[in-house]
Amino acid sequence: MDCVATGGNVKVLAKAIHSLSRIGEELYLEPVEDGLALRSVNSSRSAFACFLLSPLFFQRFQTPSDQSFRCKMPIKSVQAVFKSLASLDRSVEKCRIQLNSEKSRLTITLHCKHGLLKTHNLSFQDCESLQAVFDKDSCANVLQAQPRLMVDTVLHFPPSLEEVNLSVSSDRVWLRNHVEDDADSSRAMMTELCLSAEEFDHFAVSTQTSITFCLKELRGLLVFAESSGLPISMYFDEPGSPVILNVTDSVLEGNFVLATLSEESHPKNHVNSNTKCPDTEQPPDDFMSDDMDSFLIAMETSELPGPSHVPTSPPRLSNRKDNRKHSFSEEEQEEEALTEGPPNKKFCSLFFGSVLPTPSHMPNQTMQSQEVLASDSEDENEPQTS
Amino acid sequence: MKFRAKIIDVGCLNHFTRVVNTVSRLTKACVLRLTCDHLYFVLSGRVATGGVSMWCELSQVNFFDEFQLEGVSADANEIFLEVAPENFSRALKTAQNAKSVKIKLTKKTCPCLTLAAELPSLSSVSRVVTHDIPVDVIPRRLWHDFREPQMPDFDVSIYLPPLKTMKSVVDRMKNLSNYLVLEANLNGEMNLKIETDLVSVTTHFKELGNPPWGDDGSQSSSPTHRDPDLMAEARVDIKKLQQFLMGQQVNPSKAMCNIVHRRILHLIFLHEDVSLQYFIPAVV
Repeated sequence: MDCVATGGNVKVLAKAIHSLSRIGEELYLEPVEDGLALRSVNSSRSAFACFLLSPLFFQRFQTPSDQSFRCKMPIKSVQAVFKSLASLDRSVEKCRIQLNSEKSRLTITLHCKHGLLKTHNLSFQDCESLQAVFDKDSCANVLQAQPRLMVDTVLHFPPSLEEVNLSVSSDRVWLRNHVEDDADSSRAMMTELCLSAEEFDHFAVSTQTSITFCLKELRGLLVFAESSGLPISMYFDEPGSPVILNVTDSVLEGNFVLATLSEESHPKNHVNSNTKCPDTEQPPDDFMSDDMDSFLIAMETSELPGPSHVPTSPPRLSNRKDNRKHSFSEEEQEEEALTEGPPNKKFCSLFFGSVLPTPSHMPNQTMQSQEVLASDSEDENEPQTS
Repeated sequence: MKFRAKIIDVGCLNHFTRVVNTVSRLTKACVLRLTCDHLYFVLSGRVATGGVSMWCELSQVNFFDEFQLEGVSADANEIFLEVAPENFSRALKTAQNAKSVKIKLTKKTCPCLTLAAELPSLSSVSRVVTHDIPVDVIPRRLWHDFREPQMPDFDVSIYLPPLKTMKSVVDRMKNLSNYLVLEANLNGEMNLKIETDLVSVTTHFKELGNPPWGDDGSQSSSPTHRDPDLMAEARVDIKKLQQFLMGQQVNPSKAMCNIVHRRILHLIFLHEDVSLQYFIPAVV
């Protein structure tokens, strides 16, 4: 394998790698017929990202004819090659990625100004092809916006916020911080941003819906899109189906696929949103009715020493990390069930395509013929054995 | 009990935000007292806070374009809420270029201060960001805990040196000792001292000036009777002093401190429409 990227594309390549690093710890590299695929997945298999760089992205693009090479390596080592974006801009003229099969090394050479060559030999591991199954075109709802809009929207939420809820109606979009359904959550600060459909370049909502996904993993894409100026398209369906964010231009395509919370739980913010929806249409001064006086009376007459809260729903155990179910399908179909009792919610994991691409298989990102399999049908009561 | 207020002026919004930011750096939780004319951020001295107390008073009319309050009852037309100022700060942070910011007391799953900012957008419809900040309503029987502090009978009152200078001195002293002695006299002289087994450091300030409290000031001895060179001192936890100086986002037009000898350090910052008082108890 021998690929050469020149000029500004070196920086684009670096940025793609940096944004993939926000997803998982390993970078999967696979030259395919359509170009070079760079992929990453998170440990719980609930987030997957792929950048496909077409042959036109490169000055030279030579791949093994049998297309049998694929590898993975720690993403930090690749990031180290492309450490400083500013200096890449200034001094790197060309970047060459070659497979050194005798020594089992991936050689990345940066050709810099003044004849300087920086050569990095990275060791890699053989691996199976990593492909998540998703089909953008079958999604009911599609939004497209300039990256600036998305970045400005996300600014209203704290950087530490994990999960966010996106709701759409026929002419509005709401973004809210998602709060776990437990006793503490009733005291959490809730933030909601309402955008009109007019702010989007493209707004096609066929079913009013509300999905919850992890914002943290998305930030890598936002940074990439903002610096490249490419509009971001969002494809989603009902809760449980993955949400796909896509940036495309003539020589590259990036897809970030995130699992969404399935419908089982009814997050509190849903209740708020339903009552809020009409409010945002009405004259702004008309907030929902607040029964403060009766609340106050109830409190004054109580025996408690201080302010008391309105009783909330009984606290439920929810260890978020454990609730995300895994479904690997690299060598074996391994399924892990949840550690704790009946789950009150789960992120449906992404379904990953089967192992070895046969010659007849189109080695594309999206397996068009296959349906999106979003929810697992495993037995939830199985105790976790790993 | 109702509260609803609106800010439409960007300058007022920025100023209000800076005040809230200052308060949020001083304490994690405080009481917001609302009356028809004022807002107060109150922290009452408790063992948990190390005895530090704070009283920040804002004149409502200088910030809000609309301000409607219906207190607990006709004869107690006030509302006391316990709030985390950091939430308030966060909510205001991204609303700095808003066309309008509305604050209202609401009840969601618990009582909340709901802040709604109308932001400029790319389309004809504004973006609206809404933050629900959970609060606790403080019942009337506890209101006495949050009364305006009495001006203590101080021994010396003096204007502070430029805050930047004072802050950098205190920052360096913090590396050497946990306690700092602030002493001042009626001759406009102030010393900041630390003393450990190994080292003692004193920074001297001169010609600071003493505020003229006059006859209605509560001074234990009138200026003519107190020896102007006599220092009144208070030994305080240096972290608390540093925290106070660090948090200042509003450059006060007047900054002074009153010392009750070996009892309290009372810091007062005045701005045209905001006053901030901070009490740090002295330690032995």
